[in-house]
Amino acid sequence: MLAPPDGLVLVAKRDCPTCVLIEPVMRQLAFSTSTVTVFSQDDPGFPSAVGGVVDDRHLEASYRLNIEIVPTLIRVQGGREVGRVLGWHRGEWEALAGMSGLGAGLPDSRPGCGSLSVEPGTVEELAVRFGGVTFAARRVEVADRQDEIEACYDYGWSDGLPIVPPTLVRVHRMLQGTIRDAREIVGLVPPNLAPCSVEKVAINAVMAGCKPEYLPVVLAAVEAVLDDAFCMHGVLATTMYVGPIVIVNGPIRHRIGMNWGVNALGQGNRANATIGRALQLVIRNVGGGKPGGVDRATLGNPGKHTFCFAEDEDDTIWEPLSVERGVLSGTSAVTVFAGYGLQGVVDQLSRTPESLAKTFAACLGAVQHPKKFLGADAFVVMAPEHYRTFREAGWSKARTKAAIEAELRIPARDVLEGVDGIAEGMPAAMAGKVLTKFRPGGLNLVRAGGKAGLFSAILAGWAASGERGSVPVTKEIKS
Amino acid sequence: MTDPRVLLDPTGEMEVAGRQRLARPASLDGLTIGIMDIAKSRGDVFLDRLDEQLSQRGYKVRRYAKPTNTRVAPLALRQRISTEVDVLIEGLSD
Repeated sequence: MLAPPDGLVLVAKRDCPTCVLIEPVMRQLAFSTSTVTVFSQDDPGFPSAVGGVVDDRHLEASYRLNIEIVPTLIRVQGGREVGRVLGWHRGEWEALAGMSGLGAGLPDSRPGCGSLSVEPGTVEELAVRFGGVTFAARRVEVADRQDEIEACYDYGWSDGLPIVPPTLVRVHRMLQGTIRDAREIVGLVPPNLAPCSVEKVAINAVMAGCKPEYLPVVLAAVEAVLDDAFCMHGVLATTMYVGPIVIVNGPIRHRIGMNWGVNALGQGNRANATIGRALQLVIRNVGGGKPGGVDRATLGNPGKHTFCFAEDEDDTIWEPLSVERGVLSGTSAVTVFAGYGLQGVVDQLSRTPESLAKTFAACLGAVQHPKKFLGADAFVVMAPEHYRTFREAGWSKARTKAAIEAELRIPARDVLEGVDGIAEGMPAAMAGKVLTKFRPGGLNLVRAGGKAGLFSAILAGWAASGERGSVPVTKEIKS
Repeated sequence: MTDPRVLLDPTGEMEVAGRQRLARPASLDGLTIGIMDIAKSRGDVFLDRLDEQLSQRGYKVRRYAKPTNTRVAPLALRQRISTEVDVLIEGLSD
């Protein structure tokens, strides 16, 4: 579109009662001065009896002129806008037009209507068409009669479930969820160690079904798994079940509507479901990590589709996971943990913290194998009714954890290879030692779940938990 | 409308460098054989036996080990191996 000539520029649409009301005014202007350019958003025959109406049904002029309301009257001088009136206000129109006696008999003012160029979904569409938006990613054209979703399967982009086709408009809209530069490199994604830009994360977030406001969480989760301490390559390549489990803390949980209540680890919440999925799609598509390729999991687990939930922070007695891990209270963060599960902890009878701690210990003892110690980390997801027992007894998180760990100390002789007729167990060389089930820091407690039900859960970790393999990583969520 | 049938590639878009495998030697005579232990549990038992068998047959064997099975071998180790042996036996995993 050429820049509008000096003079008056008027943008209107027929589907606007105010525009229709002031049709005589538009004619008045058009007949009295030769420097009026009228753009019509929906009907080039409107306003009638005005020559040279510019058809703007493609909305290019409306986009470039940044029109939000119709009618809008603009004064252009020397190629630059020097004044603008939104809606109909006789005095302001007369001042801007330099004319008097406009719209005799009409009301003095009327608000306008929304411009078609700012209707939901249209802004991003116009930005891609006219706004100079560029993408670094290769463009892939789906054949005319091919179903887009089926095409995405054919390209190998799906985790097995249908994905949202990543069109230019959808990806541009997704990128509005962050202030970060689309070209910024987030890290190298294993196994191919492919450089991963914010744009690539956005493309995969679109495919996962994310909303733009989830993107900062997805980016933080990607950064977390790419931290060397998380050892994403090994987590992917292992024959064990594990995948990244994403736990979200802080105010963003509210802003994006995450679930930490009823069915927190289950289906039904878009943010929970799609953030974890987007992370997995980044590993698959950007990194090239696919089952049967570098992903050698014997069984895997359903959480490798998606495993993401928020922590319940409503009660302030137990500090949230992120705060425990050094993030300031009130700051949003993600923690990633190489795990799987869940394994239930069902105790409906314990009413003292001592009894309940023993229950948790007994159940945690089965992580990996009751006779295997010091291998896998674990996260306990404590449900509100279990948590109440500890809270009402005044037990802090640290005290609760210590009580559970104390119950998990055992003489090695009881769990050596061959003991109890089970070949599996700890090496004979450990005889004489006292073993702890978890390495220091290997047991974590978080809270989630519905208000009713004495049912907590254990998320078991990778057998190579700790420095030699994977440790949980926490990252602040940036905007 | 922008064309809804144009999609953006979600992959790493990496060009995979095609590498020819080295030709399989007709004989191991005179070659140095590397044995790489990836630090997987009990892998050493199997590899020790291999070492023993090869050495008994008069082959020159050099041993290498990764610090942990969970991570790829450090670059320096890979470079060292490539300059010190003619063929390599590497356990992959379970």
